[in-house]
Amino acid sequence: MRRLFLISVPYVWLLAFFLIPFVIVLKISLSDSALAIPPYEPKLVLSEGWEGLKAFFGALDMENFVWLTEDDLYWKAYVSSLKIAFFSTLFALLVGYPIAYGMAQAPDQWRATLMMLVILPFWTSFLIRVYAWMGILSQEGLLNQLLMWLGLINEPLIILNTNLAVYIGIVYTYLPFMILPIYSALEKLDGSLLEAAEDLGCSRFMAFWLVTVPLSKNGIIAGCFLVFIPAIGEFVIPSLLGGSSTLMIGKVLWEEFFSNRDWPVAAAVAVVLLLILVIPIILFQRNEQKQREADK
Amino acid sequence: MRRFSWFNATSLTLGFAFLYLPMIILVFYSFNASKLVTVWAGFSTKWYGELLRNDQMLDAAWVTIKVAVLSSTLATVLGTMAALVMVRTGRFLGRTLFSGMIFAPLVMPEVITGLSLFLLFKPVFSQLGVHTIVLAHATFAMCYVSVVVSSRLVAFDQSLEEAARDLGCTPLESFRLVTLPIIAPAVISGWLLAFTLSLDDLVIASFTTGPGATTLPMKIWSAVRLGVSPEINALSTIMIGIVTVGVIIASISTKRAALRQQREEREAVAS
Repeated sequence: MRRLFLISVPYVWLLAFFLIPFVIVLKISLSDSALAIPPYEPKLVLSEGWEGLKAFFGALDMENFVWLTEDDLYWKAYVSSLKIAFFSTLFALLVGYPIAYGMAQAPDQWRATLMMLVILPFWTSFLIRVYAWMGILSQEGLLNQLLMWLGLINEPLIILNTNLAVYIGIVYTYLPFMILPIYSALEKLDGSLLEAAEDLGCSRFMAFWLVTVPLSKNGIIAGCFLVFIPAIGEFVIPSLLGGSSTLMIGKVLWEEFFSNRDWPVAAAVAVVLLLILVIPIILFQRNEQKQREADK
Repeated sequence: MRRFSWFNATSLTLGFAFLYLPMIILVFYSFNASKLVTVWAGFSTKWYGELLRNDQMLDAAWVTIKVAVLSSTLATVLGTMAALVMVRTGRFLGRTLFSGMIFAPLVMPEVITGLSLFLLFKPVFSQLGVHTIVLAHATFAMCYVSVVVSSRLVAFDQSLEEAARDLGCTPLESFRLVTLPIIAPAVISGWLLAFTLSLDDLVIASFTTGPGATTLPMKIWSAVRLGVSPEINALSTIMIGIVTVGVIIASISTKRAALRQQREEREAVAS
């Protein structure tokens, strides 16, 4: 009885506030846009029972999804989101791995502090951290001032409101998610394996490449998913740092909803985005589960 | 075999410079006398004064804190229950769905969560506002709480609870007297995490808000879209300061608590 209570409270909560909302999104994505309040015409009328269901499937024309394929804004935004997320993940790995490696090599008494220094930015407002880059990257910003003062450039570079700024923003804000799993994999690494590799004639670099990197594979995979998945649907970073030519699907969804007030199209955009995300999310969960079992 | 080389030192220095310089610059320029944020015109605290006279900002801050306290408390209760379900209850019907629903919100794009909750709330509530933001935040934050708490529960020696039961405790008493004190640090950090997530959220709150419920991130958002402003720098500095102090205090006190627990366990074994 007590067990039933313990299970059912969070279960019912998640069903009500997580699963059912998705069903509603799916339902509205299949309805027609209308100039009314609410701004859509429901196609599925449950109160009509079986007849309503039959009418629903008879009239199902996937209009909003057809619309997504007809206007090339949408598929371009999906492709460009995937591209931006992919390269940001790659850059985050290239920046994050040496940091995680350095932390794992650092003396024991430093580790708690280093760990806190990585986590601390995660606690500070995401919005503020993105905003901080606006003052640095703008045309009269600090980066341009520095580069001109050093004499490296004569004209200010245009970085803010380009895709480059979006990459910088994503790498910057998601870097802790890349560092932490890699660090926890590297921390567990058995140093004698490296000694063995060097005794067998590997150079330090070869030992790193053939022993350290493969053994931190799980951390790398986890870190990449943790950056890649949220980056695809990112909204704040492309809106603040990107320009008018920066296409990302999170931004498109936001505009469909808030500017065009087209709920059905916004819902259809969300459904397709979800379908794109299902594969990486399942792969990620598999990887996590495998690791948990390996840890046991 | 650990060797802290020059390469390691350089990558750590550059890495932490990358992580911290933007925030340090932001804090520095909040004390700038000039309205132009990139030109230094001497030290001044006038933007802090302007901020304190900005009633709209103060209102938004109050709404944000209210939402964060309510939603994180709700999220902690639900998340701790969910963690107990995940770690303790074994198999039950729909367990895979349950763990999927705990896991998915962690990686779900905020725009999808926000839109779906809006479409749920709109027909159910006559008006959206603080209450709907609280429900939305509690839902996604409970998943984070359950991850934090379940990692502590996994490490926890279940025989302690069994001993309490053998000594005559009811299940509820053994939970309250044995389990809860041991998982308390995780529950507290779960609450803090939920609190900061709520404090920080722009996207989900924008979808689920209604008239009269403007949170601080929404206020910052509408100001920042127009460009960099010294007042927002001042506000950011205050927020960064609070978080920094909070995290340092929390980490010191958990360290102390852990040491105390170790000592007590040693004494208990010795006696």
